[in-house]
Amino acid sequence: MAKSIDVSDLNIYYGDFLAVEGVTMTIPSRSVTALIGPSGCGKSTFLRSLNRMHEVIPGARVEGKIVIDGQDLYGSEVDPVEVRRQIGMVFQRPNPFPTMSIYDNVLAGSRLNSKRLPKDRADEIVERSLTSANLWVEVKDRLNKPGQGLSGGQQQRLCIARAIAVEPQVLLMDEPCSALDPISTSAIEDLIHELKSDYTIVIVTHNMQQAARVSEDTAFFNLAGAGKPGNLVEMNPTRKIFSNPEEKATEAYISGRFG
Amino acid sequence: MSASTAVRKPRQRVGDRVFSNLTRLAGLAILVALAAVAIFLTLQGLPAFSAPSDKLGGAANLATYVLPLVFGTLLAAVLALLIATPLALGVALVISHYAPPRLARPLGYLVDLLAAVPSVVYGLWGLAFVSVRLTPAYAWLEQHLGWIPLFGGPASTTGRTILTASIVLAIMVMPIITAITREIFLQTPTLNEEAALALGATRWEMIRLAVLPYARSGIVSAVMLGLGRALGETMAVAMVLSASGVVTFDLISNTNPSTIAANIALKFPDSTGVAVNALVASGLVLFVITFVVNFAARWVVARSERTQA
Ligand SMILES: Nc1ncnc2c1ncn2[C@@H]1O[C@H](COP(=O)(O)OP(=O)(O)O)[C@@H](O)[C@H]1O
Ligand SMILES: [Mg+2]
Repeated sequence: MAKSIDVSDLNIYYGDFLAVEGVTMTIPSRSVTALIGPSGCGKSTFLRSLNRMHEVIPGARVEGKIVIDGQDLYGSEVDPVEVRRQIGMVFQRPNPFPTMSIYDNVLAGSRLNSKRLPKDRADEIVERSLTSANLWVEVKDRLNKPGQGLSGGQQQRLCIARAIAVEPQVLLMDEPCSALDPISTSAIEDLIHELKSDYTIVIVTHNMQQAARVSEDTAFFNLAGAGKPGNLVEMNPTRKIFSNPEEKATEAYISGRFG
Repeated sequence: MSASTAVRKPRQRVGDRVFSNLTRLAGLAILVALAAVAIFLTLQGLPAFSAPSDKLGGAANLATYVLPLVFGTLLAAVLALLIATPLALGVALVISHYAPPRLARPLGYLVDLLAAVPSVVYGLWGLAFVSVRLTPAYAWLEQHLGWIPLFGGPASTTGRTILTASIVLAIMVMPIITAITREIFLQTPTLNEEAALALGATRWEMIRLAVLPYARSGIVSAVMLGLGRALGETMAVAMVLSASGVVTFDLISNTNPSTIAANIALKFPDSTGVAVNALVASGLVLFVITFVVNFAARWVVARSERTQA
């Protein structure tokens, strides 16, 4: 189920503006890869190119190659809608569908995949996904209440449940804890630990400790200067990045000398 | 500079006072105008209760005079909305979510322009073009779908039927509904749209998951505004419809229900005495219907907002 991702010579544009330049990296399967770097260096942009969400912005495009399990993600015969069904995404701000119940939120993706979902199968997906997202106990008595009524942390776990309900191969998370309090953050970090046995996870984070806590590998992105494109400086096992990085810039960023 | 930072007593500025009084006056003026209209309609309408049948176009009393008109008014308006709403939502979605920006903008202007065309022009167009073109369609409907009471016929040979009037009305209210819903569709939070897209929704699925639920209450108010316009529209209906004031669901025949507004416009020039009072009374009924529709719309919107919160 989980897949590794090979990125080579990736350039990402917004119209004529080159936002990210020349990224080459391999994201291993069944493991957590953290993306760190200063604001505006293109972490979100890079992450969104991994499930073809980048191109929903008018004028946005990508050059280069991303291969998942031998298949070229940007091949001419590949349907971006199909890609997004296989690669789940969790956003910075929790975004459950406001008018839908908790139950329907979890099923939103599954209902896209198969129009007629038997009730017992649906119940099973809801329970399994909410349990995986560590939310089942808290909401099992109010599944028909709107998802909007939950706390921020619960909403974010609901969004994770919604993403994993369709059993994607890869799970992308863009600063999933940045809008949350420390307790909810810790709940989500625990969850990431549990999910990595089944999923390939890529997580963008601003929080160095969080990267150190949850990830196996860390990729450091940086900007060469104002107005220049972001680029990948170094990717290594997290332990190495935080103890003995190869690049000066990485060390400077991690020890907080800039960024 | 430093002297002017000293604490000053909060004093109302002249401009603030003038403006606040002006707005209060404007608000009052609206209420007074509304009350004046209501009082006028009531006072002038009252004598019609004892009107003799010859002053009521042959109707036995005021109720049997007004009710068929109410029926025609509602029938024409509801038909118009049934036609206009799906069309308007479709056009609004094309402008907000399908057309490339270079095409969407002129398309939006075009729709706004349609809303600015005077109703006499629509009336002329309906009379001279739409009704003529629809005559063969009505004959076809009678022949093939005549077993449905709606198309019972006999089909009108002039095409000036309640259905034609409703189609012209639909084209008149469509730009209003389109303009409002388009704005609401455009305001859908990107957050919700991306939530749907990231799950692997196609564009239409994204619209169903994110855009339409978000716009629900806005769609209701847009349709209600359209309904308000359709109920009160006078000229176009008066020009297009060949009305005999009957109560029938037959949409394509020569004998058609009339509407309150069109009836007033057509009868007023030849009416005297208590016949005028009867027309005013029918106007009062239209006034009340419009009011009720507006309040119902507000109630629906408020309720759907509460269940969403
Ligand atoms: N929708 C957009 N349109 C144009 N430029 C964008 C857009 N989103 C981001 N950018 C630009 O792309 C660069 C990278 O942004 P982003 O990926 O959001 O950085 P990060 O997530 O690392 O903070 C920035 O220079 C930003 O201004
Ligand atoms: Mg970002």
